[in-house]
Amino acid sequence: MVPAKPLASAKRMENLRRNWYKFSRNRMSILGLFTVLLVTFLAVFAPLVAPHPEHASAFVDFANASRPPSLEYPFGTDVIGRDILSRIFFGFRFSLGMGVIVLSLVVPPGVVLGLVAGYNQGTWLDTVIMRITDIFLAVPSLVLALAICSVLTPNLFNAMLAVSLMWWPWYARLVYGLASTLRNEFFVASAETIGASKFHILFREILPNCISPIFTKMSLDMGWVIIIGSALSFVGLGVQPPRPGLGTMVSDGSRYLPEQWWISIFPSLAIVLVVLGFNLLGDGLRDMFAAEEA
Amino acid sequence: MSFITFLVRRAIHSIFVVLGLSIVIFIISRIMPGDPARMAVGARAPEWVVDNLREQMHLTEPLHIQYYYWLRDALRGDFGISLVTRRPVADDIKEFFPATMELALLAGLINGAGGIILGTISAWHKDKWVDNVVRVISYLGVVTPSFIFAILFLLLFGMTLEWMPTMGRLSPSLPRPSIITGLITVDSLLAGDFAAFFDALWHLILPAVALGLGGMAQEARITRSTMSDNLTKDYIAAERSLGIPESVIMRSFLLKPSLIPTVSILGLDFAATLGNAFLVELIFNWPGISRYGINAMLRKDLNAISAVILILGVVFIVVNIMVDIIVARLDPRIQLRAGGSE
Repeated sequence: MVPAKPLASAKRMENLRRNWYKFSRNRMSILGLFTVLLVTFLAVFAPLVAPHPEHASAFVDFANASRPPSLEYPFGTDVIGRDILSRIFFGFRFSLGMGVIVLSLVVPPGVVLGLVAGYNQGTWLDTVIMRITDIFLAVPSLVLALAICSVLTPNLFNAMLAVSLMWWPWYARLVYGLASTLRNEFFVASAETIGASKFHILFREILPNCISPIFTKMSLDMGWVIIIGSALSFVGLGVQPPRPGLGTMVSDGSRYLPEQWWISIFPSLAIVLVVLGFNLLGDGLRDMFAAEEA
Repeated sequence: MSFITFLVRRAIHSIFVVLGLSIVIFIISRIMPGDPARMAVGARAPEWVVDNLREQMHLTEPLHIQYYYWLRDALRGDFGISLVTRRPVADDIKEFFPATMELALLAGLINGAGGIILGTISAWHKDKWVDNVVRVISYLGVVTPSFIFAILFLLLFGMTLEWMPTMGRLSPSLPRPSIITGLITVDSLLAGDFAAFFDALWHLILPAVALGLGGMAQEARITRSTMSDNLTKDYIAAERSLGIPESVIMRSFLLKPSLIPTVSILGLDFAATLGNAFLVELIFNWPGISRYGINAMLRKDLNAISAVILILGVVFIVVNIMVDIIVARLDPRIQLRAGGSE
């Protein structure tokens, strides 16, 4: 008898190798992956790699205030003398942290609701769930997130809560579409015939077939959540000073335009860099999964 | 389903969505800690005044009765008094709403027209340098938040080059044309005041471009991919083999079917435009409903917040019904569905 396990894992390795080949053929996807890894590294090791880690919080050095970019301060300093570059590294922490936490809060409920509604298409469950998503999708997410933040105490936790409340309907929508077609497939019908439980059908038959679009959307959504998070911080409803939120830094700096342009421009570019990385990565994943199906 | 039935069902569906939205807004406005009656009269008012007001605002009733009163007043256009401006919220909205519409409509125009033109050029010259330039630009457009565009434009065109005004809707030296639609560009044209028209347009361009650029990039990418897919279809090859000139194929056979996904996304993008207007209006000091809304949010002015969200929701729903109608007109095969875009 051939032991089954090594065979399965060899096959998995082979799949992985093929997927990596498909993914890595596109240089843009590699660039995206590299950007995401770099930003993650800078965020995680910010206290070690930042030139002035003590500038991340409330720190004052009026002797070096408002310095333009130089060798010592590559991105310049802000009006109270803090190194912009170091603050950007720490700012990545809030952006990535927010993205990860929001997605881990919204993906499970969104996916489950989408599965349930899609599998029970045409029943009252479908109607109730999908009409509720319609309501949430009827208002610009940023507006409702702003409103929720504004009635709560403005801080990072509540900002994440507000964005999460706004975000699950997108996953419900996505999975609903997939599940409502998959429910008519033969493998679902055969599982039903042999009396498999609803739970088994939803999570072991339908869900595995929805994974690739969900992953792709998550990678792209990291970018969007970071944008919304920085927008909330920009208005003053997200990361609170003296903590270095990227959006907070942009809005603080915008008061000193145009003379001290570096205070807001470098954090702006940092936001664009992170979002660009996640988008390139997401597009690479999508192309990879598409090539898999072809 | 006939077109009329479609419209009626779509309208009924929208009414339910708006009702649901009103419940969400009502809940948001009630989870806020603090006593709305006390906030309305201020900290120094005597207790009996607050009690009277509480009675008057139906705050002593159970929650669902409160909702009933709130909705009844909202339907009459009565959103109460704004705590910030001390005026009826409805008057504030009437004053600020047209400015936002003017901005969002121009942004939508830039978004749609620009995206379709760029996408078409890109698809037509697929994999040539023009295509590559357009693709890089649209990628950067998609990943850059509009408030960052706004700041970059403000710095570059407004402050450094000083080509464009950086705040407001009209230069203070010009008299504002009498209000007909509330859109200064339209009003000034109706009044035949070209100086005001160009001045207002000049004020409008930077914020509108900042607001429209992200959507434009998105539309360009979608148009490019649909169109280059359609270009490989058999019917195009058949037309080419019949010797039909490329320009005719383009105009008569390729453009229309390729625009369907673009137009559908335009409707959804309008939500993003209305949302982003919150930051762009703040940056360009644009006296619109979004800047008003943000100030209301920062000061916890509940009546104003509720009204702003409800109105933006209604605008978004109406725009999406219009988009569905356009899509149905573009694509004769389409099955009209009452449920919207699922």
